Amino acid sequence: MSLDDTLTPAQRDNLRAIAGVIIPASAQFDVPGADEPAIQADIVATLGRDAGLVRQALDEFARLAGSPLASLNPERRDAVALELRAKGGAAVATLTRIVLQCYYRDDRVVRSLGLEPRPPYPKGHVLEEGDWTLLDPVRARPKLWRPA
Amino acid sequence: MNDPVDVLIIGAGASGAAVAWSLADTKMHILCLEQGGWMNPATYPSTGRDWEARAFGDFSPSPNIRARPEDYPINDDNSPIKVVNFNGVGGGTIMYTAHFPRLHPSDFRVRSLDDVGEDWPIDYDTLVPFFEENDRMMGVSGLAGDPGVPPRHPPMPPLPLGRSGAMLAKAMNRLGWHWWPSDTTVATVDYEGRARCINLGHCTPGCAQGAKASTDITYWPAAQRAGVELRTHCRVREITTDEHGMAAGVVYYDADGNEQFQAAHVVVLACNGVGTPRLLLNSASARFPNGLANSSGLVGKNLMFHPYAQVYGYVDEATDSNRAPPTCLWSKEFYETDPSRGFVRGYTFQFGRGVGPVVEAVASEAKGLLPWGAGHHAAFRRLNGHRLGLSAICEDLPEEHNRVTLDPTLKDSDGIPAPRIDYRIGDNTARMMEHGIAHAKEILAAAGATDICVNSPILYGGWHLLGTARMGADPARSVVNEWGRSHDVKNLFIVDGSLFVTSGGVNPTSTIQALALYIADQMKQRLANLFD
Repeated sequence: MSLDDTLTPAQRDNLRAIAGVIIPASAQFDVPGADEPAIQADIVATLGRDAGLVRQALDEFARLAGSPLASLNPERRDAVALELRAKGGAAVATLTRIVLQCYYRDDRVVRSLGLEPRPPYPKGHVLEEGDWTLLDPVRARPKLWRPA
Repeated sequence: MNDPVDVLIIGAGASGAAVAWSLADTKMHILCLEQGGWMNPATYPSTGRDWEARAFGDFSPSPNIRARPEDYPINDDNSPIKVVNFNGVGGGTIMYTAHFPRLHPSDFRVRSLDDVGEDWPIDYDTLVPFFEENDRMMGVSGLAGDPGVPPRHPPMPPLPLGRSGAMLAKAMNRLGWHWWPSDTTVATVDYEGRARCINLGHCTPGCAQGAKASTDITYWPAAQRAGVELRTHCRVREITTDEHGMAAGVVYYDADGNEQFQAAHVVVLACNGVGTPRLLLNSASARFPNGLANSSGLVGKNLMFHPYAQVYGYVDEATDSNRAPPTCLWSKEFYETDPSRGFVRGYTFQFGRGVGPVVEAVASEAKGLLPWGAGHHAAFRRLNGHRLGLSAICEDLPEEHNRVTLDPTLKDSDGIPAPRIDYRIGDNTARMMEHGIAHAKEILAAAGATDICVNSPILYGGWHLLGTARMGADPARSVVNEWGRSHDVKNLFIVDGSLFVTSGGVNPTSTIQALALYIADQMKQRLANLFD
């Protein structure tokens, strides 16, 4: 990780806060929130080329809040987050995408979706052959293509 | 100083590989210069846990986002469709879906049939032997007997229907509309050293299994065994000419950034519909002040993309999602002209199987289907693994204002001017896209899908780069003749998608490669008087 990829402590706090708003923990589905430390570590470690836009979004989040996010009550924090989302733009979209892409590759989350936490290669997947008699009515059609 | 070669090919992608392989049996000294390197399938996204995320970074289809050292920037600000490509041995075949239809016979005669565009100087039947040869070399899977297209005989059986294919097929049957399993270059059985598909489901950004045909694993090994030399990390800046107005060779930057000159008796351009006009325009000289091979003024003009109208929704049943190749079915129901539709020409429907969880989350959040906060998890579980979708691949007609020029300020890492794209969707195509959207919605409704979403055009959907140095018999209305030779420079050939006179409504790689093989065959037949 280069210095350009890093976040200040305040930005990390803000990242944790907004990630928890986007995806809170759920006892119903037995999954952590996106503010959980391992997911946060993944986000920070993989900012890479997106670090600048993410910092921009986090700073905007802090500006809208007007005070340290940790001091906000949950209702006010959620309202500020939704205000940020409504503003839109490349920075907010990038921040949201980074949170989602790291959350939905976390082993616990992937398992909760009924999927295996692994890359596609080398095991691959099984694809049903399907019922080829579905093609019978299509086979019976006259040719559609236009001679030239 | 490099020794002169007989044939110099610029670009090692779909067409460059095919022409190199075909010309190899002449035993001429053939050299290919490629600005990228060899790919290592062990590093393709599907081998890692970040397999989906890399589509937003180093395996983005956009060269502007990907920004690998091999890439050149493209100013496409003035286009609703952004250029996507790949630079490396294999070119665009590294990063394509492997959907492999051919142009139809009518596509070669659009002026005669529909009074738009221009007729091609060749016809479908001329290309048939080269389509067949290319199907064998690339390894095509599919099913003969389709009433929607002329007869062809794919060497491998089709991909399975799967759950998604069956749902879509039933919907099409309810509507009485044509569908057929797509021709693809995904190997469904072990084929010519390639292992069969094991459904990694992440085909587009390179196949780690090697089941998807890309020319680095199909044409190139055969071409190299036959003696063709391939020099990687060599970026060509310009084609130079001699006092006779013939191409003398090229100036390029080698892997260390050193400027080199390579003399050649024949130069073949295979750089795609953006890279080829870029290079021709950057080869302007006192002898050719408007760019090389540009006496017609058409180099860079008539750019065609195939605007994609993508429509998808969500069904209650589980789909195949990311657990199968994205290629699935096609439909030719709306391909041929029907004046009652309000437009001429037509489109192919290309059906998909679904997407993985990260792509689903990012796309659904952007569409407003996936909320932030307490409702997030339940909503995601309803969406993820339940997507069913299709795209209308709409024929783009040639319009001269859609063009590639050289950007006055933007340059690549070697200081070569970047291409600039000016493009807008034509009225006929816009009506076609609306028709496609309406009928895609009918299909999804017949499949029981809800929460319908539309992306029209697909923003990063400029996969097909066509028409910018078209072929024709009239030097005033075309850049190359009916066998790919420049009207102006008689030892300069073009073999890529730039040649297309019109675009058809299909993914073009099969036709691009058939054209490259056809031109190579013409060159071989005319070797004794190639420059007459």
